[in-house]
Amino acid sequence: MSAKSMRDLQISGVLDYEAFLKLHTQAHKDTDVKRVALVASKGTLDMAYPPLILATTAAAMGLECGIFFTFYGLDIIRKDKLASLKVAPLANPAMPMPVPNIIGAIPGMTSMATWMLKRMMAKQHMPRIAELLDTAQKLKVRLIACTTTMGVMGVSREKLIDGVSLEGAAAFLNYASKAQVTLFI
Amino acid sequence: MTQAAVKTVDSRGEFCPVPVVKLSLALEEVQPGQVVELIATDPGSKADVPAWAEMTGHVLLRTEDRDKAFIYFIQKV
Repeated sequence: MSAKSMRDLQISGVLDYEAFLKLHTQAHKDTDVKRVALVASKGTLDMAYPPLILATTAAAMGLECGIFFTFYGLDIIRKDKLASLKVAPLANPAMPMPVPNIIGAIPGMTSMATWMLKRMMAKQHMPRIAELLDTAQKLKVRLIACTTTMGVMGVSREKLIDGVSLEGAAAFLNYASKAQVTLFI
Repeated sequence: MTQAAVKTVDSRGEFCPVPVVKLSLALEEVQPGQVVELIATDPGSKADVPAWAEMTGHVLLRTEDRDKAFIYFIQKV
């Protein structure tokens, strides 16, 4: 190490400002972990992608990241639901082939819209939700299940994928209060 | 001096977050100082890879445009 330690600087009685600044910056770099705290509140296929894409990217950039799955967002980490998340064609004018609401309400239109999005995603080699969750966990993204939602919706721990933490709002807010980026999705 | 890549990550035809995630996983498998080559076609990677490098501290040595693909050479710190 070329830079003198703070102790050396103090002992010699000379404060080398440049060296001090360098040490100071390094110390902050070592201790200040940048954190991203996301809330996933929707259980549709199109709303499951953004938090998972942001989280895996954040983790790949060396940021600490956690996702709080709440309300219908909990479906994203439910073993029995994550592979069958759907897209709602109703009140969704942004669909590639816009569907009038009256047609969107016809049975079968939801599976059709879902099939379309899944096909578009597969065509562009986008990972499936299960794959993104797997990657997120591999990159040490914290997946947090909202315990209130679990209680209200009667979801037991066994219904969730392995490795998720169970927390309430207070624990998540404590985590988020130390984050530089917080997003509600 | 140009250093040869010890590993190549092919992310052609894939979009965010795949190129950056693949890149960071590949860097875990090499030693500091070694270079990884990333081949991507996602136009977003032109902004994403430099931003990723700035954040992680790994060095983006140079980029090339070749056969409609963007090639990035990244040195692990």
